[in-house]
Amino acid sequence: MNIHEHQAKALLKDYGAPVAAGVAIFSADEAEAAARSLPGPLYVVKSQIHAGGRGKGKFKELGPDAKGGVRLARSVEDVVAAAREMLGNTLVTKQTGPAGKQVNRLYIEDGADIARELYCSLLVDRGTGRVSFVVSTEGGMDIEAVAEHTPEKIITVAIDPTAGVTAADIAAINAALKLEGAAAEDAKSLFPALYKAFTDKDMSLLEVNPLIVLTDGHLRVLDAKVSFDNNAGFRHEELKPLRDMSEEDDKEIEASKYDLAYVALEGNIGCMVNGAGLAMATMDIIKLYGAEPANFLDVGGGASKEKVTAAFKIITADPNVKGILVNIFGGIMRCDVIAEGVIAAVKEVGLTVPLVVRLEGTRVKEGKAILDQSGLNVISADDLDDAAQKIVKAVGSQG
Amino acid sequence: MSILVNKDTKVLVQGLTGKTGTFHTEQALAYYGTQMVGGTHPKKGGETWQSGLDGTELPIFASVAEGKARTGANASVIYVPPAGAAAAIEEAIDAEIPLIVCITEGVPVLDMVRVKAKLEKSKSRLIGPNCPGVLTPEECKIGIMPGSIFSKGSVGIVSRSGTLTYEAVFQTTNVGLGQTTAVGIGGDPVKGTEFIDMLEMFLADEATKSIIMIGEIGGSAEEDAAQFLIDEAKKGRKKPMAGFIAGVTAPPGRTMGHAGAVISGGKGGAADKIAAMEAAGIKVSPSPARIGATLAEVLKG
Repeated sequence: MNIHEHQAKALLKDYGAPVAAGVAIFSADEAEAAARSLPGPLYVVKSQIHAGGRGKGKFKELGPDAKGGVRLARSVEDVVAAAREMLGNTLVTKQTGPAGKQVNRLYIEDGADIARELYCSLLVDRGTGRVSFVVSTEGGMDIEAVAEHTPEKIITVAIDPTAGVTAADIAAINAALKLEGAAAEDAKSLFPALYKAFTDKDMSLLEVNPLIVLTDGHLRVLDAKVSFDNNAGFRHEELKPLRDMSEEDDKEIEASKYDLAYVALEGNIGCMVNGAGLAMATMDIIKLYGAEPANFLDVGGGASKEKVTAAFKIITADPNVKGILVNIFGGIMRCDVIAEGVIAAVKEVGLTVPLVVRLEGTRVKEGKAILDQSGLNVISADDLDDAAQKIVKAVGSQG
Repeated sequence: MSILVNKDTKVLVQGLTGKTGTFHTEQALAYYGTQMVGGTHPKKGGETWQSGLDGTELPIFASVAEGKARTGANASVIYVPPAGAAAAIEEAIDAEIPLIVCITEGVPVLDMVRVKAKLEKSKSRLIGPNCPGVLTPEECKIGIMPGSIFSKGSVGIVSRSGTLTYEAVFQTTNVGLGQTTAVGIGGDPVKGTEFIDMLEMFLADEATKSIIMIGEIGGSAEEDAAQFLIDEAKKGRKKPMAGFIAGVTAPPGRTMGHAGAVISGGKGGAADKIAAMEAAGIKVSPSPARIGATLAEVLKG
């Protein structure tokens, strides 16, 4: 789960991280009061969407010459004008894709006098199996570009989970970021605070870009991006209200209700598969035979008939889907359960596109028999190769 | 021969009394008499579990340590739900169980960070979590793989994906090669065992004449494994290999089911992995339906 910048900053502030004063607003009418509550005279008006590259992003409705998704304002009037122009419009950034994202909320923040911009993130390093700080003096820009052109400017400091952030770790980070004086003093509390927030809240990513050194020498979190580990959701009821459904795909929200792993894609062949690896491989083989998958969908290991039915309905609700491939290799998953779920779903929502089913593994004979006896127009496939070719052909022949 | 498990492996089940643990323990007992020696449950110690298939009874112990002491178990399999899975692994580590296999999907990654640190100082090997387990045909089945698709043979299989492991097993059975052992190492970003350790074991196992390695997008474990194979080949250790990488069509930045299957920061894409594996001499099949056939072609030369 991702959250907005203003939510991330509020959370970090609770852990003692230095952030600027700011107010989130949902309508332009709130802009004036928000600005007046801040010290001024410099303000920043920031679009709140779940995507990076906002500053350089462009609003679809405003034309190429309009300002981006993060704007400086030098008076309350400027804040109000910016809010009126930005709210409700669609921001297109490097990360949103061409469709962009509608800006439904803004964060009005007190301006900062910046001396230096740094990069700091925390993540779980898969190589070492540890939480690591990734820091660079090259802040405020795309860290992937830094990684590509000047990888030596990115320093990783792995944290021992039993010891936590040690004085030696802080010294290593300070040296990497060339922090001195007041900033080095601030670092003693900031980096342990970030680590504590990361581990307490089961984050999967905490990115502060930029972390700034103010002209007075102190550190401040100028931007913050936080993602949480969905697997730890069961112990974080307090984070649930932070979820913004308007940032998510409707089909993906529906899928998450049934605990289905679903990702909407651009193609026209809907897939229902058990197992993440096989689900990806099924997408790949569709592409190999010249078509494009409409989705990734893993029904999981021990799916019930109800779950299979829900999955099938999500796929058929996608208007782009011109054919469906069900590919099941049953280990825990029983083929007869899949067959019953598919039939129940078809009876409920109808079937207007070709359906190819490939079943293998536990109770495959029973599953195939159920489909054969159902009277439904199901194209049966012997193996994955056969299944992929049959669905690509069936969709292709529809024109 | 085989790796990790054989007919002498004695398995304790952590989470035996639940629905999943019960079902798969019944299946394991029915698979060539895999030595399932008991289960554990903190509150049900002293009780008895009974298979619904054939009435086989297994003792329930209050702890892994007690179970190990009473049965001589040298492996454990974990079917405990995500919230308790890390604690279950830690209990098995404390009891010095040599092989711990965690099937549970959805373990919080920071729990695994803690477990991994403990594991590094321990005598245990962990396979998983979020994995289908380990199976040596006609000898021992730990986990959830369907036994019916296996046949005893010469191929060692290691995979990050459960159902793709089944594909590789099924296909190598169909081409007449069979398997020595199949290991699913799991789809999580932080896990007990990576490819390299399993490849090392397969290279050392005399019965294993060829190897299939199945990876997927995310991380750099496949690239690390490829480098390991290149280094070993220089020392004269090499076996014919075929492979597959899932996620060629996966969009960057989206997690594809497995917590570890995500292309992030421009890293972890399929093309890099396929190139690294090919450079290490692995014939990578573009189709998941032709993994077995690809290996058969490699063996024909």
